[in-house]
Amino acid sequence: MANAITIESVSKTYQRDKMSVPVLNNVSLEIPEGEFIALMGPSGSGKTTLLNLIAGIDRPTKGRILVGGTDISTLSETSLAKWRSSKVGFIFQFYNLIPVLTAFENVELPLTLTKLTKAERKRQVELALQVVGLSDRMNHYPKQLSGGQEQRVAIARAIASDPSIIVADEPTGDLDKKSADEIMTLLTRLNKEFHKTIVMVTHDPSAADRATLVRHLEKGDLLG
Amino acid sequence: MKIPFKYILRNFWARRLTTSITLGGVALVVFVFAAVLMMAYGVNKTLASTGSEENVIVTRKSSQGEITSIIDRETANIIYALPGIAKGSDGKPLASGEPVVVINLNKKSGGLSNVTVRAVAPPAFILRPQVKLKEGRMFKFGSRELIVGTSIAQNFEGASVGGTVKFAGDQWTIVGIFDANGGGFESEMWGDAEQLLAAFNRSSYSTITFKLANPDAFDGIQSAFAKEPRLQQFEPKIEKKYFEEQSEMMATFIRILGIFITVIFSAGAIIGAMITMYGAVANRTVEVGTLRALGFRRSSVLIAFLIESLIISFFGGCIGLLLASSLQFVKISTLNFSSFAELAFSFALSPSIIINSLIFALIMGFVGGFLPAIHAARLKIVNALRAS
Repeated sequence: MANAITIESVSKTYQRDKMSVPVLNNVSLEIPEGEFIALMGPSGSGKTTLLNLIAGIDRPTKGRILVGGTDISTLSETSLAKWRSSKVGFIFQFYNLIPVLTAFENVELPLTLTKLTKAERKRQVELALQVVGLSDRMNHYPKQLSGGQEQRVAIARAIASDPSIIVADEPTGDLDKKSADEIMTLLTRLNKEFHKTIVMVTHDPSAADRATLVRHLEKGDLLG
Repeated sequence: MKIPFKYILRNFWARRLTTSITLGGVALVVFVFAAVLMMAYGVNKTLASTGSEENVIVTRKSSQGEITSIIDRETANIIYALPGIAKGSDGKPLASGEPVVVINLNKKSGGLSNVTVRAVAPPAFILRPQVKLKEGRMFKFGSRELIVGTSIAQNFEGASVGGTVKFAGDQWTIVGIFDANGGGFESEMWGDAEQLLAAFNRSSYSTITFKLANPDAFDGIQSAFAKEPRLQQFEPKIEKKYFEEQSEMMATFIRILGIFITVIFSAGAIIGAMITMYGAVANRTVEVGTLRALGFRRSSVLIAFLIESLIISFFGGCIGLLLASSLQFVKISTLNFSSFAELAFSFALSPSIIINSLIFALIMGFVGGFLPAIHAARLKIVNALRAS
């Protein structure tokens, strides 16, 4: 199976005042299409940084990242924004829904960046909300939803534009066990039924158990 | 790649307190700005409506106003004989030689103020048909009687029908009150020219006003003044233009002083808008990060925050204008620097004042919102998301 993501000798160093802080050291990783990979490791190990680099919201200091054959580390700011809007779905620990928009409008948000008509967008949004089981809550605002429901809306937003890759940063980190299980079941379904490549950062071993591949990071190094 | 407009609109409601405070700040500054322009325009409008396009006023060259102009009777007779002056039914020129003086009267609100006394010849009422008696009767030529404009009657002690005012060593009885379509004549007292000249022991008029025989006759009048050696020191002007020019000095002073003050005020409103918008960016840093992660460009974020600031300032401007428009019902009386006499006028609103006030509001919004919008657009996605 072809690689969805290829990370070649990637290093990332942050500048803090006059100090250079290395976060990732020469990391190489191949993630085949349709894989569900969990990145684990202690705080500060560089797992979220690696996720951000894969998602194209940060740039490596050194090395190359190829996603679907595109070297995203060379893309311009504008091209990278366009690439993200069509290729990557984001799931955040604290859901990051826009509080002044309804569930429907939050899910529709990435679709406003596409050329879809209003009717087509409506169909896509309804389908995405149906997949996450929230068809009956589409006119609710985030504050009217539970944490688990908010995360399901966030998942619907992540899949609405049908991206090939979904990145999830601690998707169950802010949820109770029952809601966390529901979210992980949903992600597993997206991986199995909809063949989405999922890259997930987690501290939770039970969440990592649902992944098809688990890799550990420590002090910026990929283990194993 | 635009951020949906409803996102911008609903954020106003979500931050209604800070939005309202900024709106209020902009509204107050625009209110002052518009009020100053309305005041200057009110002076313009009042004095411009005083004169007529069909009348010509003659003054001594280089005189700053009517009270500093002198025209002797010999010159007056030369002027009356010029061709191009309309004639009355009696065949006499429709012209009024007018001595104009300034006297002191007690204001009802306290203190003394200058009042213009214009003494006229009988044709004056044909020349100024807008002057209409509102109360009492017309003064009798040959008597020491006066009629007073409505603003004088409202603002000065004893300036009512039956009252008397003392000047030039004599008592003058007020027999009527007139209005003049809101023009500057309403801030004057009118009486018989010959009586006034005798009382002040003067023989010269201040100005001469006459009616043109036809609208094209003014060019002929001008060339007659240019050719006649005895008229070299005098200048004919269309009456409307003359009074417009008389308003300019005071209107310009009000405008410059007012705009200077409002520009200083606007710095406060701009800082207020800036604080609000920086607050908006700080409260929504994670949202900005999320929007950017989803694929919205920096420019979209910049435009969204700028639009937000512009909308606040626009509506603030509308509220300020609405408040200022209520000033149209207010009439104030103050010293006209040109005539050194009291002039009553109303605040007046014009389309250009509306446009200028809204542009001023939008400039405040733009300046206040620009830096915060730049700050929002330049946020690094990773740092913005970490703000949660």
